[in-house]
Amino acid sequence: MRLTYSADIKIIQVPCTGRVDILHLLNAIEDGADGVYVAGCLEGECHYIEGNLKARRKVTHVKKILTELGIEPERVEMYNLSSAQGARFAEIANEMADRIRALGPTPVQNHTAA
Amino acid sequence: MIVADRKSLEEILAMVEDNTKILILGCKGCVTVCNVGGLKEVEILAASLKIARKKAGTPLDIDIKVLERQCDTEYVAALSESVNDYEAVISMACGVGPQFLSEMYKRQVFYPGVNTTFFGGATRHGVWEERCAGCGTCGIHLFGGLCPIARCAKSLLHGPCGGSSKGVCEVNPDTECIWDAIVRKKMEAGQLEDLMGVRGLKDWTTARDGGPRRSIREELVQGNI
Repeated sequence: MRLTYSADIKIIQVPCTGRVDILHLLNAIEDGADGVYVAGCLEGECHYIEGNLKARRKVTHVKKILTELGIEPERVEMYNLSSAQGARFAEIANEMADRIRALGPTPVQNHTAA
Repeated sequence: MIVADRKSLEEILAMVEDNTKILILGCKGCVTVCNVGGLKEVEILAASLKIARKKAGTPLDIDIKVLERQCDTEYVAALSESVNDYEAVISMACGVGPQFLSEMYKRQVFYPGVNTTFFGGATRHGVWEERCAGCGTCGIHLFGGLCPIARCAKSLLHGPCGGSSKGVCEVNPDTECIWDAIVRKKMEAGQLEDLMGVRGLKDWTTARDGGPRRSIREELVQGNI
């Protein structure tokens, strides 16, 4: 297929999005990621029954925490697509990159104020 | 178990506003079971506070620890070598924790990270309800196994008040009238007679009305058991 998508995306593989924890998302934001998204399987098609549904709930919870901290909740997102949807994967990557670019750099600065 | 709710991030951030290095101290007891002050919750709070402080441009150095319990001096004593390495400590235990810590480490500041609410249990995942008021004179068996002290808004002992409507308490539409439940249960068991007697005055001196309480088990104090 040789699709291209934003080079700003760093992919971290997990066996199932059910493995993704609130702390993984929070730690990414804490370490300075401008945004994080979880790309799970289509809803209803999780090999482990409900891993992707659990991931969605965790993403929702992290959005709530970010809102409480005054950070745009849009910096975290959940997407669903199948492993056969390569074109959709690239589309999502670009969509998220565009969204984050519009939001600007993370307000979480990883350097001590001078 | 003792049930608690975590304080808001805003409130906790205000507590440690002037600090640059703190410890968040969890507890493996009740607050772990009610998902408010165990390792996971401590980690989430630490990450959240770090994010907030980095955003504000005043990073906060946070260490985390989780004690077996914060309501036993032998476990609290485990902090003795490190407790003064921090400018402040946030205890995620019930109200007992920050007090045992404050009593043992007089030079350190201990902030409560949770609001301790009641003695209760989980009726379903994520929902806890009050079941015991710790009145010190248990008579649950007299009321069909349902405690009117803890579960009736007025702690009535002789039946429902006029605010009971369709099995619901007038104080809160989400609260069942426990007297309605007690009477129904006794009627179904054919034991309504049990509720007809007039009870003597309840001894409230064993409750909070008698001031702070103390329980002494002589056999343990003397080391016989």
